[in-house]
Amino acid sequence: MAKKIKLPLTEEIIKSFKSGDNLLLSGVLYVARDAAHRRMTESLDKGESLPFDIKGQTLYYMGPSPAPPGRVIGSAGPTTSARMDAYAPRLLAAGLKGMIGKGVRSLEVREALKRYKAVYLAAVGGAGALISKTIIKSEVVAYPDLGPEAVLQLEVKDFPATVINDIYGGDLYVEGKKKYKIT
Amino acid sequence: MRNIKADLIIDAVSKLFKEANYSLGDDVLAALKKARHEEESPAGREALDAIIENASIAADEKIPLCQDCGTAVVFLEIGQQVHIEGGDLYTAINEGVRRAYEEGYLRKSMVDHPFTDRKNTGDNTPAVIHADIVPGDKLKITVLPKGGGAENMAKLGMLLPASGKKGVIDFVVNAANEAWSNPCPPVIVGVGIGGTAEKAMAMAKHALVRKVGQKSPDKENAGLEKEILQKVNNLGIGPMGYGGRITALAVHVESFPAHITALPVAVNLQCHSARHREVVI
Repeated sequence: MAKKIKLPLTEEIIKSFKSGDNLLLSGVLYVARDAAHRRMTESLDKGESLPFDIKGQTLYYMGPSPAPPGRVIGSAGPTTSARMDAYAPRLLAAGLKGMIGKGVRSLEVREALKRYKAVYLAAVGGAGALISKTIIKSEVVAYPDLGPEAVLQLEVKDFPATVINDIYGGDLYVEGKKKYKIT
Repeated sequence: MRNIKADLIIDAVSKLFKEANYSLGDDVLAALKKARHEEESPAGREALDAIIENASIAADEKIPLCQDCGTAVVFLEIGQQVHIEGGDLYTAINEGVRRAYEEGYLRKSMVDHPFTDRKNTGDNTPAVIHADIVPGDKLKITVLPKGGGAENMAKLGMLLPASGKKGVIDFVVNAANEAWSNPCPPVIVGVGIGGTAEKAMAMAKHALVRKVGQKSPDKENAGLEKEILQKVNNLGIGPMGYGGRITALAVHVESFPAHITALPVAVNLQCHSARHREVVI
């Protein structure tokens, strides 16, 4: 049974998450991938502020296909999170509370999740058509010059996600594999 | 000699890439439904439900199955009696790709120079084209929009011949294990054994366009497919890496004779969104 969660994530909500939980998220998500991450961390290194307040927010690693006429967005599934690993601890230190993508995170990111009390969620990769139906609004809010890699603000309703890494060190990828492995 | 108009090729390639991006083949859908039936893990079953529902939405509403509409990989079997008129073959194929990705609202993911500017080419060209000359007067075009997540998990091993069958099995299973959740399992494992380094990798890629689960006509290869599939599914990775019994839908092996010193093994993984289409002109 999926838990209905209102975004942004609060400390209380984050504490309640356990790896393996199914969620339906509603509210605001920010979309950023490689190029936007590079730029955001460069800004932080220079002591500049980010183009949107990242405190308490959730980032979705995604690069949509173009929206056909009459649609909010095209296909909109998660991309591989590992490409953002180098930048994630920096953003978590700046107050980021949630990340949504697919695939395993580095040890550094997993440690940072525990330290900063944040969570890593997965959406089903390759289910971009299905996920697009939960996105009710999409607009560019930063770095428009990056084109398809610009930062988007999405409004989602019942966006399906699964908790991979909780704040207690739980990891669905590790636990799931261990449970079903046949030696 | 048989003349085939370049325009016909442009239209065919454009149509194939759109269709491949919007709808899974019946063989892939059947394999996913079978996996859903066999999967024991609740999280794995839910992931498969989402994947199957996604396929139905994409096909009905004509939007891409996955936002990663891939590198445009094209396999050609060109009958040696075919003559292309009204333009050259590769230009026609790239024009077909350009039209499909523009008209079909498909994501353009190609960047021009891989390690400097990485500027998007804007139309998903150039296609990666593999051409074979075959007897006859037909042209067979197979398209495979290949997503980045799975492609990035490819592996090549130049094994010692003494490693033998066990060495091959260990290499392939290890590649699937290391790829873990990244290639969007359940995957199809393409394996190329023998030839040279590039021949092995080309076979591993070509193995992905076979109908899912169809056995290799070579008895040894077919046996290897069965053995590797069992071992990969024993890894416990499961659908989307959430844990489960079905990590791979199938293993497809192609082989070729090799040099006395060599045992090349290539692995190319295909995500569950196994998109490909073909036509014979």
